[in-house]
Amino acid sequence: MIYVILRRVVSTIPTLLMVITASFFLMRFAPGGPFTLEHPLPPEVMANLMKTYKLDLPLWQQYIHYLFNALRGDFGPSFVYKGSSVYELITSGLSYSFILGAWALLIGVAGGIVVGTIAALNHNRLPDYGPMLVSTIGITIPNFVIGPLLILLFSIKLGWLPAGGWGTGGVYNLILPIITLALPQIAIYARLVRGSMIEALHSDHIRTVTAYGLPQYVIVIVHALRGALLPAVSYMGPSAAALLTGSVVVETIYSVPGIGRYFVIGALNRDYTLVMGTVILIATLVIVFNLLVDVLYSVLDPRGRYD
Amino acid sequence: MMLRLFRRTSLYGSLLLGVSLALSANSASHAESLIRRGIVGEPNAFDPAKASLWHEYYLMKDMFEGLVIYDNKGNIAPGVAQSWEADADGSVYTFKLRDNAKWSDGTPVTAHDFAYSWKRKVNPETASMDPRLLYPVKNAQKISKGEMKPDDLGVAALDDLTLQVTLEGPTPYFIENVAHGTMLPVNKANVEAHGEKFARPGVMVSNGPFTLHEHVPNDHITLVKNDKYWDADNVHLDKVEFVPTLDQAASVRRYEAKELDMLTGVPTSELPRLKEAFKEQVNIAPSLTVEYYVFDTRQKPFDDKNLRRALSMVIDRDFIVDEIFSGAGTPAYSMIAPGIASYGEPSKVDFAGQSMVDREDKALELIAEAGYGPNGKPLEITIRYNTNATNEQVATAIAGMWNEAFGIDVKLHNLDLASHYGHLQSGGEFQVARASRTPEYADAVATLSLDISTQKTYNYGRFNSPDYDDLIGRSHTELDAAARSKLLHDAESILMESQVIMPLVNTANIWLVSPKVSGFENNPLNEHPSKYLSVRKEY
Repeated sequence: MIYVILRRVVSTIPTLLMVITASFFLMRFAPGGPFTLEHPLPPEVMANLMKTYKLDLPLWQQYIHYLFNALRGDFGPSFVYKGSSVYELITSGLSYSFILGAWALLIGVAGGIVVGTIAALNHNRLPDYGPMLVSTIGITIPNFVIGPLLILLFSIKLGWLPAGGWGTGGVYNLILPIITLALPQIAIYARLVRGSMIEALHSDHIRTVTAYGLPQYVIVIVHALRGALLPAVSYMGPSAAALLTGSVVVETIYSVPGIGRYFVIGALNRDYTLVMGTVILIATLVIVFNLLVDVLYSVLDPRGRYD
Repeated sequence: MMLRLFRRTSLYGSLLLGVSLALSANSASHAESLIRRGIVGEPNAFDPAKASLWHEYYLMKDMFEGLVIYDNKGNIAPGVAQSWEADADGSVYTFKLRDNAKWSDGTPVTAHDFAYSWKRKVNPETASMDPRLLYPVKNAQKISKGEMKPDDLGVAALDDLTLQVTLEGPTPYFIENVAHGTMLPVNKANVEAHGEKFARPGVMVSNGPFTLHEHVPNDHITLVKNDKYWDADNVHLDKVEFVPTLDQAASVRRYEAKELDMLTGVPTSELPRLKEAFKEQVNIAPSLTVEYYVFDTRQKPFDDKNLRRALSMVIDRDFIVDEIFSGAGTPAYSMIAPGIASYGEPSKVDFAGQSMVDREDKALELIAEAGYGPNGKPLEITIRYNTNATNEQVATAIAGMWNEAFGIDVKLHNLDLASHYGHLQSGGEFQVARASRTPEYADAVATLSLDISTQKTYNYGRFNSPDYDDLIGRSHTELDAAARSKLLHDAESILMESQVIMPLVNTANIWLVSPKVSGFENNPLNEHPSKYLSVRKEY
């Protein structure tokens, strides 16, 4: 097991290197640069800026330079946010996105398992159709529609909750963005759990434990759920990585100072180092979470164990 | 293994819960006088030498005070300088500084601070974003190019309270430059002690009405009143909170939820609804910004003046203003927007006063002369613009107008801002492109000097007229205000006659201002320093 994990960790190195290399060069194909403004800069000012940020060097030198610094944990200064390093921007943003994402993930997974299980137990009856209809709606209505609707109702009409901003980070400021993030997750997890739960409930080992006369809650929670969780667990890897690194849409709607928008704003501003920083972060998280999921998988399903 | 994993997850879960609860318990009560100002984006810099964007200057000018400032009506007012005078030919300025101006650490603001800050600004090593406004000062551009040393800048502190500025030559608009946000002083000791990190809360020493207190990127920037400020008695606010909101719709929602007291950058498409809901809280003031399309004269057939004029004539600018800008703006027929006191009424293109019907008839003649139009060669035009809802609507409307009038097939090509301007500014070819211009200082030459033939970055369409170059050149040294204004008006007439640049709309600045705010005045320069604002507790 340890050996397998180690091998996986080592294999992330070429993956990350490929991600870094591809994004580094692809980004430079886009016209314009970090100092392109509507009101252009005089050539000598542009030259001074390019020199200061070493953008006047040949591209391969910049690449080597970046790679060496990144290895030492130095992700460079932001080209656009003067005086801030990429590391500072990302860690600051991540602390907000992480709190929102962790809550949304928790609510999404827990809510999804409960709803999915109830639906499966009432297969083809009202408690199945109801939640599944709601979850289909939850998946199909995008969060840029749900977000403003929630604000309209709870902030502008009722005045109960703030329309945006982190404020002091209180529960009030977080409720709406967390709900907006969690709703589609509940829906997705519910559908995943429902499907596999229905399958599990019809499997041989459940029929056996039912024949033994075990109470239904033991059958469902101890015996059926364990197998039924597998598809949800595989989805948890990418969904955790996505939620924890912030959602551009939700962060923009609720003016959350998270990291989600840095990826998009960074790309639009040609803030090369900021984009690289976010790419590396997201890539690393995806790899790490997928690894965690594989470990969890082997715990839940002995058939898939490596050792 | 599983147990450990669960334990760890629950540990993080409770940690998160703890953090959230602790933070929520810390809800602030606002007993002091606070204004919450929405700005259109996170400032890219807190160091005045590195600023370059309009919304950054609001912040800069609240934290730092220049020799000369703009008041809330957009008029020049004394700042750190009590008085100033120019020599006979207007090429040497002497500023007398007030003796009670202090930095937030209590040390006096001296002429040496300004000399230091301006030299720092043009020093290539500073990598300043916008030293252009210092270029009238002797040797500034040469220093920026690395041809001379920063100490060669034509600025000298004669004593602690006297600053003498020697210019390259007479510069009638120099005081407007001095009032600009790029000319603010920084504290030498502060900068030298902390380097780039001086521009941070708790470190920064500033000399304006407010000091930097707190900064959460993309959430808020809090400034608090600077008690050491010389005019602190006339500063009514205790706190100013700038709230950067990238999404305009989101900032309007926060205003509706009473989370913002004033904001700008309201989308014009929302105007009719907002006017209905907020009535006099919606402030629309003409700006100095001109939206325009430019033709690339390197590309055939756009080198043909008749064709360009015909294309410009059939554009119904009233329709664009009323339907797309919701009336927030005026149809533009000149390169300079009305509202610059030293310039007066701009030189409009000759067909400005004519009716659409007359213009369409004339346009058909012109385009026929050029060999195109209904009975001529077929023509296909591509309009380039940077992606944005308003730009798209304008381009679509113009495509329709050209198609209807001449049967021209118009294609739209939109790119993100950096790609669009990256292409134009690097000399990339195009046919018709969208751009806009806001003069950097309130003088016509700020805009007109960008179209001389030697200007390669900004003269996108490569407009080339020796007469125009000559008039602009002479305006730089003409001291007589009336004669100078005449030169610039003549130059503008030449540019407008050519229609290489086709002005469309003089846009407006739109502000939503809560009734509890007082001291807000509409002005074309869009200057709204917090120094002059105050808020009532209840309304």
